[in-house]
Amino acid sequence: MKNFKKLLEFMEGYKLIYLLGMISILISQMLTTVTPLILSTTVDSIIGEKSISSPIIQSIVNLLGGKELIKERLWIIGLILVFVAVLRGIFLYLKNTLASKAAENTTKKIRDRLYDHIQRLPYEFHVKSETGELIQKCTSDVDTIRRFLAIQLVEVAGSIFMLVFILYVMLTLNIKLTLVSILVLPITFFFSFIFFTKVKKNFEASDEAEARMTTTLQENLTGVRVVKAFSRQEFEVNKFDEKNLDYKNLTYKLIKNLSLYWALSDFLSMVQVGCVIIFGSYLTYKGEISLGILIAFTSYINMIIWPVRQMGRTLTDMGKAFVSLGRIDEILKEPIEVLEENHHEPKIDGNIEFKNVYFEYEKGKPVLKDITFNIKAGQTIAFIGPTGSGKSSLVHLLPRLYEYNQGSIKIDGIELNTIDKAWIRKNVGLVLQEPFLYAKTIKENIRLANPSMKDSRVFDAAKIASIHEDINSFELGYETLVGERGVSLSGGQKQRMAIARTIINNSPIVIFDDSLSAVDTETDISIRKALKERQNKATTFIISHRISTVSEADLILVIDKGKIIQRGTHNSLINEEGLYKRVYNIQNSLDDEVINL
Amino acid sequence: MEKENLNYDKIQIGVWKNFFKYLKPYKKQFAILTLMMIALGILDSIFPLLTKYAIDNFVEKNTIAGIKTFSIVYLAAVIALALTVYLFISKAGELEMQMAYDIRKMGFEKLQLLPLSYYDDKAVGWLMSRMTSDISRLSETISWSLVDLAWGFSMMIAVTIAMVRLNAKLALITLSVVPLIAIVSFYFQKKILQAQRGVRKINSKITAAYNEDIQGAKTTKTLVREEINLEEFQDITTSMRDKSINATIISSIYLPIVLTLGSVGTALALSNGGKSVMLNAISYGTLFAFISYTTQFFEPIRQIAVIFAELQAAQASAERVFSLLNEVPEIIDRDEVVEKYGDLLNPKKENWPDIKGSIEFRNVSFSYKTGETILENFNLKIQPGETIALVGETGSGKSTIVNLFCRFYEPTSGEILIDGINYKDMPQNWIHENLGYVLQSPHLFSGTIKDNIRYGNLNATDEDVIQASKLVDAHDFIMETEKGYEMEVGEGGGLLSTGQKQLISFARAIVRNPRLFVLDEATSSIDTETEKIIQDAINKVLDGRTSFVIAHRLSTIRNADRILVIRDGKIEEMGNHKELIKKKGYYYNLYTNQFIEEKSLDVLSQ
Repeated sequence: MKNFKKLLEFMEGYKLIYLLGMISILISQMLTTVTPLILSTTVDSIIGEKSISSPIIQSIVNLLGGKELIKERLWIIGLILVFVAVLRGIFLYLKNTLASKAAENTTKKIRDRLYDHIQRLPYEFHVKSETGELIQKCTSDVDTIRRFLAIQLVEVAGSIFMLVFILYVMLTLNIKLTLVSILVLPITFFFSFIFFTKVKKNFEASDEAEARMTTTLQENLTGVRVVKAFSRQEFEVNKFDEKNLDYKNLTYKLIKNLSLYWALSDFLSMVQVGCVIIFGSYLTYKGEISLGILIAFTSYINMIIWPVRQMGRTLTDMGKAFVSLGRIDEILKEPIEVLEENHHEPKIDGNIEFKNVYFEYEKGKPVLKDITFNIKAGQTIAFIGPTGSGKSSLVHLLPRLYEYNQGSIKIDGIELNTIDKAWIRKNVGLVLQEPFLYAKTIKENIRLANPSMKDSRVFDAAKIASIHEDINSFELGYETLVGERGVSLSGGQKQRMAIARTIINNSPIVIFDDSLSAVDTETDISIRKALKERQNKATTFIISHRISTVSEADLILVIDKGKIIQRGTHNSLINEEGLYKRVYNIQNSLDDEVINL
Repeated sequence: MEKENLNYDKIQIGVWKNFFKYLKPYKKQFAILTLMMIALGILDSIFPLLTKYAIDNFVEKNTIAGIKTFSIVYLAAVIALALTVYLFISKAGELEMQMAYDIRKMGFEKLQLLPLSYYDDKAVGWLMSRMTSDISRLSETISWSLVDLAWGFSMMIAVTIAMVRLNAKLALITLSVVPLIAIVSFYFQKKILQAQRGVRKINSKITAAYNEDIQGAKTTKTLVREEINLEEFQDITTSMRDKSINATIISSIYLPIVLTLGSVGTALALSNGGKSVMLNAISYGTLFAFISYTTQFFEPIRQIAVIFAELQAAQASAERVFSLLNEVPEIIDRDEVVEKYGDLLNPKKENWPDIKGSIEFRNVSFSYKTGETILENFNLKIQPGETIALVGETGSGKSTIVNLFCRFYEPTSGEILIDGINYKDMPQNWIHENLGYVLQSPHLFSGTIKDNIRYGNLNATDEDVIQASKLVDAHDFIMETEKGYEMEVGEGGGLLSTGQKQLISFARAIVRNPRLFVLDEATSSIDTETEKIIQDAINKVLDGRTSFVIAHRLSTIRNADRILVIRDGKIEEMGNHKELIKKKGYYYNLYTNQFIEEKSLDVLSQ
């Protein structure tokens, strides 16, 4: 029920439309009961000689000009039939479109909410998240809810309305025949309900077998080189055949069960119709009902059999919607980042001060310890140290992707954690180690942060990042699509794309988190040269293991196990015993070592 | 994409003719099914006649004489109906699954026979959708649609016959609405299907957008792109909403129109039939039967319209599936080779000569179909047991040399000799059965560690597997896992680390004790300890085998018997490490740069 409340919340703004849709079903189902009554009255009292028992029908007949007149002009009844059908058609149309409007709008709202929520979940969440499971929730679970609203609920409501109306009319016509008419119905309903509950296992087995077959196929296709190099074609054919056969057999078992269901429920339904005809004939013989009423009953019973049969199935399906709602709620319950907390957007020049900063991902396991340093606007600071020493974590604190636990970080004298996240991130350009590119054109990927940027700026950024020529070598140049449907870029090209899309924003602070690792040394040098020649110089953070990359920095910090173990400039550090000098020496002693192999 | 869409508009005979070739094995099943559906159509048309009988004989004559017999006949009809339904659904289902199974099997076998060059320009997803959803749709449409068609037509014919026999004039009047219903149905069913297809297309865009939402979240944060992202996404969901509502509107217009047309039929039957009843020209029962039939007629027409619309969609699937099945492999063993040595799926290994391992590239040139030339007049002689390291930039042609050696590609001109035999005179798998191959990014299959190692040699005993693992120092980490060799590696080996996957792929290659070896070294760095183990493994594995190494690690390069520096498809420098260093040329530069990188990393990760 908690989930039901959730659903109502999503439907906010469309509840009225949905309600109108429900009312339309009610009216259209009411109208379905009319046609058999027209038939029965016509047979009994217009063509036949019986008097009309219902005063309402009598007054309608009088309104149309009386029994005799209609008898002469039977087309009047034909017209009424068509009129009722048109009226009912209008409400059917309304029902479908209104329900669809409400359902689709609700679905859109859920989709948009999920999308926005996911992108605003903290950085930490995305480091750990499982893409497949999240996507599953966003697509198939949302679709389950859509189907519930657009189809299932409407259908079940329609069936119930119809059942109620028809039962009422049948009861007013003849109680005995009504009882016979609904003799088999409960059996039909429970049969289909129980059947579809039981057959769930078969559906699952078939789905699982299909998944196994698909996995085998996928592994074969992605591993095609291994298959061919090891000459395992025959083995693979047999392996796939086993899965293929398994899927075939399990699905066939399911279909066989389904055919049993359809046969039995057809049997039950037709037996129900037979009971009405035979017992109805008996009642007419007894004089308890007229021919018209018998005809009306046979029409009615044909109308309600299908919905009753279908309802068992729909009801077993409907339960899924609530499970899906719960699963979606799990995502929405995850707390998100607030990008604009206090609307604090100070001007940022790029003077940065770290003072006794501590940081830990997990309690009691500090990743950064007592980090203190100062850097002025426009200067370059470089970090060097072993993998896992905390360099990356340190630079992730600046755009507030993580929050420091102790100490203080000041930007132009203002405490970092009082500045809005959105604002600080706009002013800190972070080039990630493993950049993600969107399935957009190269140009769009470079001006990602601001799609309205001029082409000339895009080109300039690409030139600085040494990717301009690579791009021009593609057939479509800057309009080339990236990703599965376009070109696949090499690791180095991706890194340079990421540099271009970051520096294009001219942020006062730029961070290169080992983002030149897949670029060769020469390109590395030319990128750094181009960056230096830029007009507006940014405060630059560089993480690298290349001495040549870090050597020109104004300040070099050597980090190990979360602590600064050495600090200085290149010149001071090579005159000091320690890690930096050891790395540097490799370069100098190189010639001897190479020859002595 | 555009081209595929055009094909939806018409039913193309050519496509289906091609398909009938594949339908032959199921001829008998189709015949039985068609008969069943005709029976079902007739049975469906009988029930109104039974009711008519009851009205005319019991109600009108005011008697219940014979009601017992009637009940029995009615029950018999119901049982016959239920039986036919059971048989037809299970038979059609059997046919569907059998067909899907057979086509998939054919498709998979074809995929195994196609050479690597076929896979070069095709995404895995593209091939997957042919093998899964296209085949499913094809077999589903064929088995169910065709039988439904038989049912629809037979029922319409049976109903028409019944009506004409009851009263020809009334039949003609009542049936006058049928052409209208048919036209409306065909028009709308096509529109409905098109609309649904549009919805599905956007749906895949939504999935792709969520994928970017999740995987690109870090980028989004660093570039503060949340608002632009959401706007772009809302454009997609808005269009999804509008198209879905539009699709509903189209089908919501269709149903009322058809129901109204049906009611016109009922009205015609009632007003004209009513008159005839008053004139005693027909009985009440006949009137009732006519009214029932007018409501029954609409379903088969709708079905037929749906089927025609679906057939058009299935046609696109059919085309895609056949293009796979009819694909001719670029590398084929000649008939006399197959006769003597067997083919890929049925090798006659007993006739194969053993491989010693001398290799010669003689005037080998290779260019892609696009005309791009990669190698020109390439010559190289390798002694048995020699290790050749290939060094050069991406795109220099090193991988092509290896691909040609493995016969994944064949030379455009010139020949490649193994032990003096042109390898085209031998079956493709001759070389592969003697080859150990380790990929840059190791690919494992779902299953246990043991299964994966044994992939290299299906006859390997447990001892062989353990021995191979020990040789490459994989045994220790395997034994440290809870289940040891029985540990499941997960899809694509996902439960193991990259280094572990590499070690297992070494064990897999070595367990077959191959004469030839190809190693495409990984560039990605792994932890130092595993790195050392892997370097040891490489040295052991290459020892005494003729091998090609696309090398990145200095130790591997240095240990090679010969180093080939490849640039633009040519050998730029050749010799052993010392010789090349002395030259102070391209190799020297490459080596020293690499040396600094590796050493620095070494020192940093101490």
